[in-house]
Amino acid sequence: MSSVVVSSSREVDAASGGAHVEPARLQRPGEQLVTMLAPDGTRHPNPSLDHFVADLTPERLLALHEDLVTVRRIDTEGVALQRQGQLGLWPPLLGQEAAQVGSARALRSDDFVFTSYREHAVAYCRGIAIDTIMPMWRGTAASGWNPFEFGMAPPAIIIGAQTLHATGYAMGCAKDGVDSAAIAYFGDGATSQGDVNEAMVFAATYSAPVVFFCQNNHWAISEPVGLVARRPLADRAPGFGIPSMRVDGNDVIAVMAATRWALERARSGDGPSWIEAVTYRMGPHTTSDDPGRYVDPLEREEWAAKDPIDRLERHLEQLGVLGDAHRAAVKETADATAAAMRAACVSQPDPEALTLFDHVYTEPTAWLHRQRSQYEAYLAMFEGGEEA
Amino acid sequence: MTELTLASAITSGLRHALAEDDRVVIMGEDIGRLGGVFRVTDGLQRDFGADRVMDTPLAEAGILGTAVGLAYRGYRPVVEIQFDGFIYPAFDQIVAQVAKLHYRTRGVVRMPITVRVPYGGGIGAVEHHSESPEAYFTHTSGLRVVTCSNPQDAHWMVRQAVASDDPVIFFEPKRRYWVKGEVEDSMQSAPPLDSARVVMEGTDVTLVAYGPLVATAIDAAVAASDEGVSVEVVDLRSLSPVDFETVEASVRRTGRLVVTHEAQQFGGLGAEIATSVTERCFEHLHSAPVRVTGHDVPYPASRLEEHFLPDLDRLLDGIDRALSRVNSLTGWSAPEGRTA
Ligand SMILES: Cc1ncc(C[n+]2csc(CCOP(=O)(O)OP(=O)(O)O)c2C)c(N)n1
Repeated sequence: MSSVVVSSSREVDAASGGAHVEPARLQRPGEQLVTMLAPDGTRHPNPSLDHFVADLTPERLLALHEDLVTVRRIDTEGVALQRQGQLGLWPPLLGQEAAQVGSARALRSDDFVFTSYREHAVAYCRGIAIDTIMPMWRGTAASGWNPFEFGMAPPAIIIGAQTLHATGYAMGCAKDGVDSAAIAYFGDGATSQGDVNEAMVFAATYSAPVVFFCQNNHWAISEPVGLVARRPLADRAPGFGIPSMRVDGNDVIAVMAATRWALERARSGDGPSWIEAVTYRMGPHTTSDDPGRYVDPLEREEWAAKDPIDRLERHLEQLGVLGDAHRAAVKETADATAAAMRAACVSQPDPEALTLFDHVYTEPTAWLHRQRSQYEAYLAMFEGGEEA
Repeated sequence: MTELTLASAITSGLRHALAEDDRVVIMGEDIGRLGGVFRVTDGLQRDFGADRVMDTPLAEAGILGTAVGLAYRGYRPVVEIQFDGFIYPAFDQIVAQVAKLHYRTRGVVRMPITVRVPYGGGIGAVEHHSESPEAYFTHTSGLRVVTCSNPQDAHWMVRQAVASDDPVIFFEPKRRYWVKGEVEDSMQSAPPLDSARVVMEGTDVTLVAYGPLVATAIDAAVAASDEGVSVEVVDLRSLSPVDFETVEASVRRTGRLVVTHEAQQFGGLGAEIATSVTERCFEHLHSAPVRVTGHDVPYPASRLEEHFLPDLDRLLDGIDRALSRVNSLTGWSAPEGRTA
C-alpha cells in the first residue's frame, strides 16, 4: 500500500482479510498512518500528498512554528488562569497543536468551522481575538466571538452535535453553488454518538462538502479509544461511503496535506471526507480532571517523544533556518499573546444582572418582560446596601 | 451509623444494591476506572468487576437503549448520566420506550431501570452542567422521578430506586454531594420512596422544596423565625408521583404555600404543586401560592448564576409575599407593552 491511504470500503475489506483482526495491533499507529515529518525531523516524501504542501517554503514553515508555539503558550496560560481562579474551567490542548493548526491553516476564510471545546488553536488560527475566546471559560458569557465574522461556530460541549451542524452547513453551501466547505472537529469518544454517525449518513446522502476531522487523542476523559474501537476510527467512514485518511496528528505537514486533500474533494463536488488525526492528549481532560487515576505514565512518555513542536523544530534545524532571531521573535509573540490573554481575562467584569433576560427570543415575550421587571424590583430592594 | 457525604452515601447504596441482587448492573461514561466524574461509583468496578460495572461508549441514547434490552433480559440496569445537560440524547429512549413499555405490554414487560443524574447549578460550571430538567420527566407518564437532599435519603432512596420495578429517574443534587450526615444502612426506617417529609415544622407558611434547595429552605425558615414567622419546610423527595397528602396536610395547617425549585418556572413542578394544592384546599388558603424559581431563560453563564438560582433572600421575599408583608412586589405594577 502506498504511503497515502485513502480507504474505500473495498480496500478496508481487503485489509481486514475477514473478521479476525487483532484489535490491539490496529490501535497502534501502523503502516497505514500517513507521516510526512518523522519525529526526528526527517521529511519523508509522499508522492500522493506532496503537491498539497508544495507551497510550504521555509518561511511558511517558520510561520507554522510560530503558530504552534503560540497556541501552546495560550494553553499554558489558560491552565494557569484557571488555577488562579480567573477561569472556571480550561480544557487543555497540549499535544494536539499540530492537529489543530495544520488543519485550521488549510482552511479558507469563507469555510465554516464547527468545533467542540478543546480547539483553542483553531479559534486562534481563524483570527479570533483571544479576549473573545475567554468569556465562555471565565463564565461571563455563553460564547464569545461573532460566528459569522470568523466562520466559526461557538464551541459545542454536547458531544458530537456539531458534526450534524457542519453537515447541514455544507448542504447549504452545495445548494448555493459555492465552493466553500464546512469542517467538523470532534474527538475519538464522539465517534460513538448517534449524531456523528447520522452526520456521516447525511453527508454521504447529500454529497455534502464537509470535512470530518476526528482528533484521536486516545482518550475520552478516562475511556481509552480501544474501549470502543476494534479497528482504526478511519476505517468507519468507508462503510458510510466516505473516503478517509489516517494521518499522524503530531505532524503539522501531513495534517495540512490531509486537510487540503479533503477540502479539494469538497470544493470539486466530490462530497465528504474523513480524517483521523492520531495524536495524544498530553494533559488532563480539563482542569477538573485527574488523569493520574487512569493514564499510564509510560504511554504518555512515549508520546512526549513524538511532540509536534519538537519535530518541526528538528526539521527547521535540518533546513538550517531555525535561527536565534526567529526563536526570540516567536517567544515574544507567544508571551505577548499570553499577556494579552491574561489582561483581557482579569479585567473582564461580571455581566450586569439583568442581561440574564436578554436574547432569549428575538423579541422579549410579555411573560419574560414581566418576569424581568419583577426581578428588577427585587434587586432594587437591595440598593443602597439595605436589607429587604 | 456512619458519617458519609451525600455522594458516598449513594456509593454505599449502590454497593448494597450490587451485593444484594446479581442482576443489578451499572452502566455509564467514565464510571469504571475513574469512578465517575463525581466519584460516586468509586471502587465499584474494582470490587464487582467490569461485567457488572460497565464503562460504556460515549452515547447516551445507546446507554438507555441497551439498558432497555438488558431489562428485557431480566437485568436491573442502573445508568449514570454524567451531567443533567447530557441526558437529552437519551430523551427519546427514556420517554418513548422506557416509560411506555409496561403500559404497552399491559404489565408484562417491566423496566426496572434507574437513571442517576447529577443535576442543578451553583457550582460555577460551563454550559450544560447546571440544569434542572426534572419537569420533562415528571411530565412523562410511566416514570417515577425522585431527588434526595441529604445523605441518609440519598442512601435509602437509591436502593429503593434500584429495587423498584418501575423506571426511576434519580436526580442527585450535585452541589450538595459533599454535604455530610449520619447514614444508617438498614432499610427498616426508610420511608416509602414516593413520600414527602416535613423537615421543619411551622404554622404560618408551608415552604415546599426539593433536592439542592431543601438546605436553602431550612436556612430561610431559620432566618424567618428570627422575624417571628413560623415556616414549615416540606422536602418533596418524590417529584412524580407527588405526595400531595403530606403537602396538603401542611397547607391546611398554615394556609399559605411557597414552592421553590432551581428549574425554570414556566410549566415547572411549582405550577403543578400550586395548582393541585389550590384545587384540593382552596378554602384553607389565605393567599395565592407563590413560586420562587429559576427565571425562564436558558441556564446562564456561571457568573450570572447567582441571579438565576433562588437563594435565601429570594425565599424570604417569597415568604413575605405569601404573608402579604412588605416585599419586592409591593408597589410594583406590571410593565406596559412588551418591551421596556
Ligand atoms: C452528550 C454528552 N455526553 C457526555 C459529555 C461529557 N463529556 C465531555 S467531554 C467527554 C469526552 C469526550 O471525548 P472525545 O470525544 O474523545 O474528545 P476529547 O475530550 O478527547 O477531546 C465527555 C464524556 C458531553 N459533553 N456531552
